[in-house]
Amino acid sequence: MTVADVLLLALGAVAVGSGAAVVTSTHLVRSGLYLVISLGAVAGLYLVLGAELVAWVQVLVYVGAVVVLLLFAVMLTRAPIGASQDLDRPAWPALIVGGGVGLGLAALFADAFRWTLYARPEPGTAGRMGEQIFGQWVLPFEVLSILLLAALVGAIVLSRPDIGARTGDEA
Amino acid sequence: MHAVIPYVTGALLFGLGVYGVLRRRNAILVLMAVELMLNAVNLIFVTADAAVRTALTGVQIEAWAYPNGRPGNSGGVFALFVIVLAAAEVGVGLAIVLQYYRMRRAVHVDEVALYHEDEQVGR
Repeated sequence: MTVADVLLLALGAVAVGSGAAVVTSTHLVRSGLYLVISLGAVAGLYLVLGAELVAWVQVLVYVGAVVVLLLFAVMLTRAPIGASQDLDRPAWPALIVGGGVGLGLAALFADAFRWTLYARPEPGTAGRMGEQIFGQWVLPFEVLSILLLAALVGAIVLSRPDIGARTGDEA
Repeated sequence: MHAVIPYVTGALLFGLGVYGVLRRRNAILVLMAVELMLNAVNLIFVTADAAVRTALTGVQIEAWAYPNGRPGNSGGVFALFVIVLAAAEVGVGLAIVLQYYRMRRAVHVDEVALYHEDEQVGR
């Protein structure tokens, strides 16, 4: 057990524990805040694994933007403050499928990788990542920018009732 | 480092996400569970990148596979792409949820009417 292993175990335990709280909490807002902890722990795992840029992008985009957006949506749909009892469906099918997927994949990974020791990789700094993105992966990068534009336009069209509204006799 | 630790963490997070998607009724909580799943996949990408890169040191790599220089960080690049996709997904998803809330005053995914609008108003 090296220091990296201890860090990986601790951060992994935090990520899985708060992830479990996200899917079991009866408070909507608490679910969102547990999601922040889980995503932050995953960012810490990225740092230990040597992916610096990915870790900071995770903090900026996920914790900074996505979770804030989710909490905005919680507020805008007038979610009740405090515990609400009608958040869940029956547990059995979800427990069987989710537990099967999670434990099955975990067993598969544990069997495939055993307790093999890997050397720590050299850090993926912004320079190295940029070299990769704008060298080898430049075409997917450009396609992704078109997809972001499409998602932006789609979100605006969806949320404005006066665009694309059908006229009376057609509806 | 032992690569199996983050791999198993990612697998468990993915299972939790699947559980949340199937268990929750509130559409926003379903989106949160989807974020958990996307994060699990990202974690596995980054771990695979680190493990494979250190396992491949000293291996002669075919030149055609890497047209511009040495390999490396592809898993991180894919994780960045997935983060961008997740941001786009949550933007459009929340637009749909808010529009549905504006129409029906509800965010419960198992009460969404799957039949056509005309049948409901009885035309």
